Amino acid sequence: MRYLTDRKRAMGKGAAGTGTETHWYMTVSAVALAFMIPTWLYVFGSALGGTRAEVVAIFARPFPALLTALVIFVGMRHFAKGATTLIEDYAHGTTRKALIILAISISYAVIATGFYALIRIAI
Amino acid sequence: MADVKRAARPLSPHLQIYRPQLTSFTSILTRITGNGLIVGVILAVWWLLAAATSDRYFEMANAVVTSWFGILIFTASLWAIWYHYLAGLRHLYFDAGKGLDIPTAEKLGWACLIGSVALTILTLLLI
Repeated sequence: MRYLTDRKRAMGKGAAGTGTETHWYMTVSAVALAFMIPTWLYVFGSALGGTRAEVVAIFARPFPALLTALVIFVGMRHFAKGATTLIEDYAHGTTRKALIILAISISYAVIATGFYALIRIAI
Repeated sequence: MADVKRAARPLSPHLQIYRPQLTSFTSILTRITGNGLIVGVILAVWWLLAAATSDRYFEMANAVVTSWFGILIFTASLWAIWYHYLAGLRHLYFDAGKGLDIPTAEKLGWACLIGSVALTILTLLLI
């Protein structure tokens, strides 16, 4: 027996059935990135233009490596959802589906490449 | 619903008939900078992959990254990241139900534009 009425179960979920999940994810990831980005820009900017040995030495340290991993992961998930919203506004039908799949795939490919590079530098 | 007759209905006011406004311009710019940043991110991650791989691969990637093209992409990305950063903070402020009156929204728009340029120059000086 269901104790909730149909109306009560549907409320706040919207047409997609997921409510404000995307908006809330964007809020959370935006705050996370707001804390990480200034420091990360300094780390990345300092490494840029260095020799390979200097670059590897920077990203082999735990703090730059962990920060970079987090910035790549959170940043790319933030991108995937933002790009999806952009595509949903301008593309329709099969084009829309194909572009959204492409945006999500690019985000995971960048995450995988970044993690692989960081792990390879670390070990 | 299969054979609904398409009547010649009047269109609601469309984007191109509105006078360009600072608020709409800064909003569109948030979207452009956010999505455009993927170019700089891919270049940065590729460069990191090259650093992790071999001397030869790094030499190639580093030559691209430090060329005029690489410097242009990274400088543009740096401004884009700061613009998107400030515009994002502005959105969080809007979400809290604050700053939505037109004079405040326009001031925040100018703050994003001027602030992003200032922070870009500051970052370039620091690193």
